[in-house]
Amino acid sequence: MGIPLDELLQAIPLEQLLIQTVNGIVTGMILALVASGLTLIFGIMDVVNFAHGELFMLGAYVGVITLAATGNFWVALIVATLTIALLGAAIHVTTLRPLLGRDPLTTILATFGISLVLQNYALWQFGPVARKIQEPFTGHFTLFYLDYPWYRLVIALLSAAIIGALWLFLKFGTYGIWIRATTQDRVMAQAMGIPVPSVLTVVFAIGAGMAAASGVLFGPLVGVNHAMGLDWVLKAFIVVVVGGMGNLGGSIAASIFIGLLESYASLWVSPAQAVIFSFVVLILTLLFRPTGLFVPTPK
Amino acid sequence: MSARRVVVVYWTAFSVILALLIVAPLVLPEFWRRFLTEILIWGLLAMSSDILIGYAGMVSFGHSAFFGLGMYGAAAALLLVKPPDLWLAILYGLIAAAGVAAFVAYFATRLRDIYFAITTLIFSQIFYVIIFTWTEVTGGENGLTFSRPALAIPGLFSVPFTSETLHWFVLAVVTASYLALRRITQSPFGMVLQSIRENEARTRAIGYPIERYKIGAVMLSGLFAGLAGVLYAIQNRFAAPDFVFFLISGEVIIFNVIGGIGTLVGPIVGAAFFLLLREGFSRFFTEYYLIPVGLIFIAMVIFMPQGLLGFMRRWLNQ
Repeated sequence: MGIPLDELLQAIPLEQLLIQTVNGIVTGMILALVASGLTLIFGIMDVVNFAHGELFMLGAYVGVITLAATGNFWVALIVATLTIALLGAAIHVTTLRPLLGRDPLTTILATFGISLVLQNYALWQFGPVARKIQEPFTGHFTLFYLDYPWYRLVIALLSAAIIGALWLFLKFGTYGIWIRATTQDRVMAQAMGIPVPSVLTVVFAIGAGMAAASGVLFGPLVGVNHAMGLDWVLKAFIVVVVGGMGNLGGSIAASIFIGLLESYASLWVSPAQAVIFSFVVLILTLLFRPTGLFVPTPK
Repeated sequence: MSARRVVVVYWTAFSVILALLIVAPLVLPEFWRRFLTEILIWGLLAMSSDILIGYAGMVSFGHSAFFGLGMYGAAAALLLVKPPDLWLAILYGLIAAAGVAAFVAYFATRLRDIYFAITTLIFSQIFYVIIFTWTEVTGGENGLTFSRPALAIPGLFSVPFTSETLHWFVLAVVTASYLALRRITQSPFGMVLQSIRENEARTRAIGYPIERYKIGAVMLSGLFAGLAGVLYAIQNRFAAPDFVFFLISGEVIIFNVIGGIGTLVGPIVGAAFFLLLREGFSRFFTEYYLIPVGLIFIAMVIFMPQGLLGFMRRWLNQ
């Protein structure tokens, strides 16, 4: 303590700051992909999906298996997304559909149960040793004398592309319009002939698929293990509260904000402690703007 | 049944169960004696969370923080003050838990329903990260170990705990807490909490300062959770960051749902049921016991939302 600010800043070279900026945006984009699935499910279905991190983790595992079988990363990405989307649909039909119309809090309990089951299933099936996903390409480019892997930039762009596709789908696709109608007024949507229960199942499946895709994309950066979902679901919850629940744009902005914040913070403290900075942001948000940082102030 | 008969039946059942629990350690083998004491401690933790879930309608995912800070508070008293003193451990544990509870209550009660659940979860993670990374003070991942204090009343007597006297001590604390919580839930304060659960807007319109009641409820709940943490620390002679991790809060909610929320006794029944299930399943599934337990939990959320106790009550009334 007691170190003047300019001395602290001098201790960190500019290029490192730049690297951390890029890193922060990359993790922010992955986080945005996880959180937008979570916020989609919450905003449309009033379901807080505790099992979202486990879907992320299982997606990464399906990616590991498919990659081992086919040797192609992109095939693995698509197979994992589709498999977990199907699993999501199955989970929705078996456990969440019976809870339709009950207190939203019961869905937290049910999805918490699902997350326990899935996490322990993964531990049982794949063991505690972390698996590795090979990056699809290993090229580097030079960023201020330092090598920076291309793959990280590709992740950020792909995440942005997937989120963009989701937005277009919600805006212009027939099913997307049904989904938005269901969000606005479930009863009226039903009366207009929209198959509300299957719309909800599709939403859950899309969210699950997005979680799985981010799991596969993120897999090469860290090991894949059964507990990796916990970290992400917590971060995604922070993002969703900071960005405003059920607000897609807010979640993306908050993801990048949190990603940048944590990567700058890890210049000074260990990554495990960098989380505390996001916690502080959360507390400040709750204090001054409880509806979310990126939402217009309610009148 | 007339109101009078209900009262008679209630106190008879209460005395019978209490008597059974007092006699139990004398007849049970060591393993089950310990097991029963543990059920009582987890039951106290679950009961404290029932104040929020069952009475105020707030699902807290942050009870592990209160429980864990109770443990670490007791650890601080037992490690820093020589010779270790039981009552000082309880006092330190309660102060630590109350401090955390005040912090969490102040921020989290600004939000409702799901938002409250998520915020309490994140707050408990804050304390987890702090305890996990502050190795010099908290022992980090390894936690702290200490010796058990003697059962003593200053100036009167001082004997080391045996597993029987530990059980009776825990039983006395849990029973006293149960009676206190039961009284509180039937007091005007408890009534206001229930009316907040039923209709927050109307309760506010009547003129109750809802925020103050909610903060009070979270702090009360946190205090009893901290007490459970102190008891657990004394029983097991260690404090570990695993107990601050939010999975513990999740288990506490499972106890509540299994046993029946809003009944105070239900959560204890739920804790007993869960721990027995875990004991039974872990013989076949080893550490993967959470797979069958999780499936049972999901089934109960869907098909038996009133829990074991509520189910039994309905079945008895038929």
